[in-house]
Amino acid sequence: MSYSVEIKNLDLRFGNLKVLENLNLGINNGEFLVLLGSSGCGKSTLLNSIAGLLEISDGQIFINGQNVTWAEPSERGIGMVFQSYALYPQMTVEGNLSFGLKNAKLPRDEIKSRVARAAEILQIEPLLKRKPAELSGGQRQRVAIGRALVRDVEVFLFDEPLSNLDAKLRADLRVEIKQLHQKLNNTMIYVTHDQTEAMTLADRIAIMKDGYIMQLDSPNEIYNRPTHRYVAEFIGSPTMNFITGTVDKGKFKSSLSSFSLKGYKTIKKDFSGKVGLGIRPEHIEGGAGASKCSVSYEGTVEMVEPLGSDTLARVKVKEHLFWVRLDGQFKLSAGDILPIGFEPVNAHLFDANTDLRV
Amino acid sequence: MSNIGNITNNPRGPKPKRVLSRRNIFLYGTLLVIGLYYAVPLYVMVMTSLKGMPEIRMGNIFSPPMEITFEPWVKAWAEACTGLKCQGLSSGFWNSVIITVPSVIISIAIASVNGYALANWRFRGANIFFTILIFGAFIPYQVMIYPIVIMLREMGIYGTLTGLVIVHTIFGMPILTLLFRNYFSSLPEELFKAARVDGAGFWSILFRVMLPMSMPIFTVAAILQITGIWNDFLFGVVFTGPEAYPMTAQLNSIVNSTTGVREYNVNMAATILTALVPLSIYFISGKLFVRGIAAGAVKG
Repeated sequence: MSYSVEIKNLDLRFGNLKVLENLNLGINNGEFLVLLGSSGCGKSTLLNSIAGLLEISDGQIFINGQNVTWAEPSERGIGMVFQSYALYPQMTVEGNLSFGLKNAKLPRDEIKSRVARAAEILQIEPLLKRKPAELSGGQRQRVAIGRALVRDVEVFLFDEPLSNLDAKLRADLRVEIKQLHQKLNNTMIYVTHDQTEAMTLADRIAIMKDGYIMQLDSPNEIYNRPTHRYVAEFIGSPTMNFITGTVDKGKFKSSLSSFSLKGYKTIKKDFSGKVGLGIRPEHIEGGAGASKCSVSYEGTVEMVEPLGSDTLARVKVKEHLFWVRLDGQFKLSAGDILPIGFEPVNAHLFDANTDLRV
Repeated sequence: MSNIGNITNNPRGPKPKRVLSRRNIFLYGTLLVIGLYYAVPLYVMVMTSLKGMPEIRMGNIFSPPMEITFEPWVKAWAEACTGLKCQGLSSGFWNSVIITVPSVIISIAIASVNGYALANWRFRGANIFFTILIFGAFIPYQVMIYPIVIMLREMGIYGTLTGLVIVHTIFGMPILTLLFRNYFSSLPEELFKAARVDGAGFWSILFRVMLPMSMPIFTVAAILQITGIWNDFLFGVVFTGPEAYPMTAQLNSIVNSTTGVREYNVNMAATILTALVPLSIYFISGKLFVRGIAAGAVKG
């Protein structure tokens, strides 16, 4: 099967600093891949390498089956959208959209029709004669997307395109980008540190840390079966609760209690040793339902964060803290005693030595 | 009375500011003193240049002229003797123009490309090149004068205006390159990246993307170069002959001529005339200059 973008054994060093090491990644045709990670994990570096804006130290990059490792950015068949929009401030919107096409020496009619088409798709026709300074943040980012659109390329690269926008606009444009992908069916590679963006947009997410891809999977798999403790902690908000303990003969033992792991699907059969047991706040039952769960504790509420749709509570059980996601209408205040419980089926076990899922 | 009670006991709205606070007195007092320090000499010069010699001999340099005369100005411009010739500063003025205009244009053109290449295209050896260039800014000019005289002589342009233009261009290079490099570095890097994805090359990015955003720094560079080159004396004297002397060198000949009476009024007028070009540049472009200097801190 041929990939739209394929990265083979990519190394990238800045002097002695290794940013990316022996990275391999294949992205399918028409796939929406999100590179997700905290800052400094190498996700933007990887994107810039694909774009040809950074010189790589070793390895190969293929786009549409062509080896583009030494090709100029403009020759790679990519369009790129930047966080700061990077619109040319002295040119009109139309000038911004047509700049790349003029450089490619396309005929004038062709330029005109492509700009018109992109403007129509993005609904920026009334803005064509304006300068970037006269546009709002959302409009600017639309123009920036348009600049990639007119290039008629197979691969779109997004470098944190929504990070400069306020929360509402971000949600709106997120939907628009998803619709754009459904309409155009291009390959899209999207860098972000925002897990909501990653989960909602991606066909597959690559979670990166220190230049390595920790897990490359569908959003569903990443949420339900994280293969590494880092991934488990990174995805989900509030973050997953952890209890350290040991596993022996299908039983989990910790300072809180011991219980059978019946129903939990292990990767390694008969694993025994120290583990971290993770349970997401939304998989913890609070209040009356708690007693029906296989595992239940009683704790003191330390803090309550009402979000309207949900209520988050931090519950202290002995020395352990648990974040619990409760119904928005749940009446609760700090100091209350709250029973909490969960099912081991929903837990995630990670080897304490390797941090890998067991 | 109740109003005052309100102000002190129940603060509300903008805090009242005292005009004659200790801070204000100190601040404006200092500014006034510094202002006078610079303004008084200029005042004396203008007044003296408008007086006749008899009035000057009476002393009292601060008093305005009783009889205003423009004779000294005419003499300074067209009649004062510089060495053997008595044509005033006018020929020096045109020499200075012929020296300054090409020097400014050529040095800024080269330095802007240098700065752009250093800031955006990290070519092999860029750091070494930049270090050497900056090092050049710290070497005293005097050290290099004699070697340059020999170089120009070998090239056959010693004593000509062309030679002087080349010298000014070279000596302007370190500081101007630094200026442009820092400015281009302050422009968002993503803009450069976007232009590369759009298929623009070295010159295309410079002319179509970077230069349209660079008016402030070009203004700063132009002001620095115009005033620097116009005010130059050393290179003017060393690298040209009396025929091609710039205005500053001629001014020196007039003021320091040892024969005859010292015509203070002519000297003052000649000095003001020589300073007029840099002075007017500052007046015209003062605002732009400040904006350009500050431009590094503001995103385009």
